[in-house]
Amino acid sequence: MDRDGTAGPDPAGHDDRGDERRHGHGPGNSRHDGPDRPGESTSSTVLQVNGSIHHLRLDHRTTLLDALREHLDLTGAKKGCDHGQCGACTVLVDGRRVNSCLVLAVACDGPVTTVEGLAEGGRPHPLQEAFVARDALQCGYCTPGQLCSAVALLAEAAAGHPSHVTPPRAARAGGPAELTRDEIRERMSGNLCRCGAYPHIVDAVTDAHRETVR
Amino acid sequence: MCPPPTPPAPATGTDAERRDAWHKVTGTARYAAERTPPGCLHAVPVPATIARGRVTAVHADEILRGPGVHAVLSHENAPRLAEADDRTLAVLQNDRVPHRGWYVALVVADTPENARAAADALRIEYAAEDHDAGPADGHPRLRTPEEVNGGHPAVRERGDFDAAYATSAFRVDATYTMTALHNHPMEPHASTAWWTDGALTVHDSSQGSTTVRDVLARLFALPRERITVGSAHVGGGFGSKGTPRPQVVLAVMAARHTGRPVKLALPRRHLPATVGHRAPTVQRVRIGADAHGAIQALAHEVTTQTSTVTEFVEQAAVPARVMYASPHSRTTHRVVALDVPTPSWMRAPGEASGMYALEAAMDELAVATGLDPVELRLRNDPDREPDSGRPFSSRNLAGCLREGARLFGWEDRDPRPGVRRSGDRLTGTGVASATYPYLVSPSTATARAAPDGTYVVRLNATDIGTGARTVLAQIAADALQAPLDSVRVEIGSSALPDAPLAGGSSGTSSWGWAVHRACTALADRLRAHSGPLPPEGLSARADTAEEAGKESPYARHAFGAHFAEVEVDAVTGEVRVNRLLGVFAAGRILNPRTARSQFIGGMTMGIGMALTEGSTLDRRYGEFVERDLASYHVPVNADVPSLEAHWLDEDDPHLNPMGSKGIGEIGIVGTAAALANAVHHAVGVRLRDLPLTPDRLLPHLPGRPD
Repeated sequence: MDRDGTAGPDPAGHDDRGDERRHGHGPGNSRHDGPDRPGESTSSTVLQVNGSIHHLRLDHRTTLLDALREHLDLTGAKKGCDHGQCGACTVLVDGRRVNSCLVLAVACDGPVTTVEGLAEGGRPHPLQEAFVARDALQCGYCTPGQLCSAVALLAEAAAGHPSHVTPPRAARAGGPAELTRDEIRERMSGNLCRCGAYPHIVDAVTDAHRETVR
Repeated sequence: MCPPPTPPAPATGTDAERRDAWHKVTGTARYAAERTPPGCLHAVPVPATIARGRVTAVHADEILRGPGVHAVLSHENAPRLAEADDRTLAVLQNDRVPHRGWYVALVVADTPENARAAADALRIEYAAEDHDAGPADGHPRLRTPEEVNGGHPAVRERGDFDAAYATSAFRVDATYTMTALHNHPMEPHASTAWWTDGALTVHDSSQGSTTVRDVLARLFALPRERITVGSAHVGGGFGSKGTPRPQVVLAVMAARHTGRPVKLALPRRHLPATVGHRAPTVQRVRIGADAHGAIQALAHEVTTQTSTVTEFVEQAAVPARVMYASPHSRTTHRVVALDVPTPSWMRAPGEASGMYALEAAMDELAVATGLDPVELRLRNDPDREPDSGRPFSSRNLAGCLREGARLFGWEDRDPRPGVRRSGDRLTGTGVASATYPYLVSPSTATARAAPDGTYVVRLNATDIGTGARTVLAQIAADALQAPLDSVRVEIGSSALPDAPLAGGSSGTSSWGWAVHRACTALADRLRAHSGPLPPEGLSARADTAEEAGKESPYARHAFGAHFAEVEVDAVTGEVRVNRLLGVFAAGRILNPRTARSQFIGGMTMGIGMALTEGSTLDRRYGEFVERDLASYHVPVNADVPSLEAHWLDEDDPHLNPMGSKGIGEIGIVGTAAALANAVHHAVGVRLRDLPLTPDRLLPHLPGRPD
């Protein structure tokens, strides 16, 4: 697999750190992209996770989720199904939520934020505080994915992204989406919780939303 | 050390924050597959692809040449195990294949990717035999077992059911079916195991690691002292991790065979065949009532299936021995062993399925008698347990029904079914009762007071998401009359004092009793002590074998009432839950915050049971069709409206020092019936087969008026 062809300009063009995020172009990384020899099954790659640069040699089959869990010892992102069906592995790539089990690590462009990186400057993220305050978790296995999903949800709503339940008129009008309970329920439905913490998760997201727009 | 002059306010009964919440929201809580010792290998098991027969060849040599593969274990070379009580653990011991999905090999490799690829590539040859995957209903080999789950007799008869039923003024005779259901905890079953100088260390995804240790000791013929099993954080279990499951045996085998640490996390798609499920049931309920709606005759007859590996029979007819006055009663279970995966515990095994059928039949009786369904239940509320004749230690079903009716706004209900239509939406409301037995098991615990005024409580309890760490600290603080934050609780390792599993809604009662005893004894020692504490502090130990194991002269159960409002789309057949409200009487609630989470969690699983979840057994292949979370529909956030859980204060002196009953399972128990009854009220048609998916409703809907 030769990744040179894919490392073009950042199509979104919204992040001036774009060049540094590219595999093989990170600071201090002198290795080239792709396998060292044709036919090899591993490649040198660079992952930027929670602000740190990691130089890794990875099997091409390694998912971002396994790279985080097995190579970087960042086990916050969980493996619930490994098929993109449960959301437990949700992380942020370039600020967008993705199922990290469906992303090949060597194809991962953009800075990755996991649950371990949500706190800033030693201060927990308002969503982390709200999840604790509202008891929005039980076994905790889906919680990191719920949190990463909710972080992205707040950004998506602020950016005016409509959802399935957004009234058409509001969607056409643009502007930040109003985060009703129905909106939050809909937008959090990619993250399964078998313990059934959903109502408390909606409470927590509502609280954190109020906190962040205040 | 002197106790503080004024004891702090009681910690139990307060909303103490979940103690592991910060670890869980920061990703620092480690689960069984999240510790990687140096040199760790990765194992992937290989499921059988026939429904019955023998393995005739395992082409391990082809795989061992592949990249990174360290070992292929099969019945040809796997370590021999001692006889297992639970034969689902006797993996790789012989060439027999008892059902599709049974593990026939284990591939161990240096990376997860190599292990998975090699497991996929491993060629296994079989001699397939004809298999029998049912159906159970009407099967010629159906038999009546001696006992069903929980040690209940399979059959109980009181009076003369047939005669009383035949002469009853009102009669209901209805048969209800449920598909199989799967627990699907969010964390798939996983184990990490390694051997050091003949000692074994395991991290296992289990609801009780004391038992895991004891079973491994037996299987691998080791002294228990040489084994440590940790279950520090467990990503849910709902019964499916209640006893050791094959992953831990396989991981330990692989670690012994390779001499290296081994990590094994089951793929989600393996779970339906290997870690248990709620077996499908066919339940016939007959109720005969007099002209006033008083039940004279009640029969609940359950037909279900098990595997040929081991017998497991849900006690679905047992709640009918508890719930309603019924002078003439027959409750029976029949089972047939098929070439299918082995069923096991799933949240409220027996109660969840049995109460669905019984409470749906009660709704049918309400319609037949013209009585309000709440009133019908109140009229049949017994003052003694019908089956045993024992008095109840406390029974507040009537209180739950009345309070629920008040909170829900039940009194204005129009009983007519199928008449509330707005556009394409038909709405209806339903009610159902719930019950779950009070269970308790012996436990041990230690408590130690340190010279700095702090305390440490130690026992091998497991927090599978219930809040055990938190509530045990609350119990300890009150027994010690100490501030809550001065108490540390250590749980989740078999190196700690022995304790029973987190199951049967019995954890808090069982562990809490031992914690209470140890802390009370420690408080006594502290009071008797003068001068500063020695450097090692003062300690006390408790073992509740005697008191917790004692037979009670009382019938002890929690009760509850569920009220539901649903909306059925008359065109698509989709059922949406508008409101779901539960009121519970479960002894003293020790932590309202975590208790509410458990109640609404159980109710959420009940929504799945009623409307979305189902595992279809493909009889041609002897396997479940829905093997992933895209096809097995666990409720998502958008499926769950605002749920309300309330409870009545109960002061029951016949339980344990905390006065607590269990709360982990009763939330699911009445939910499915309340929803199914609401669906009947909405559409006017009685559908008796769960789950109530659109395809089942569509033939009965009025559609859109022309």
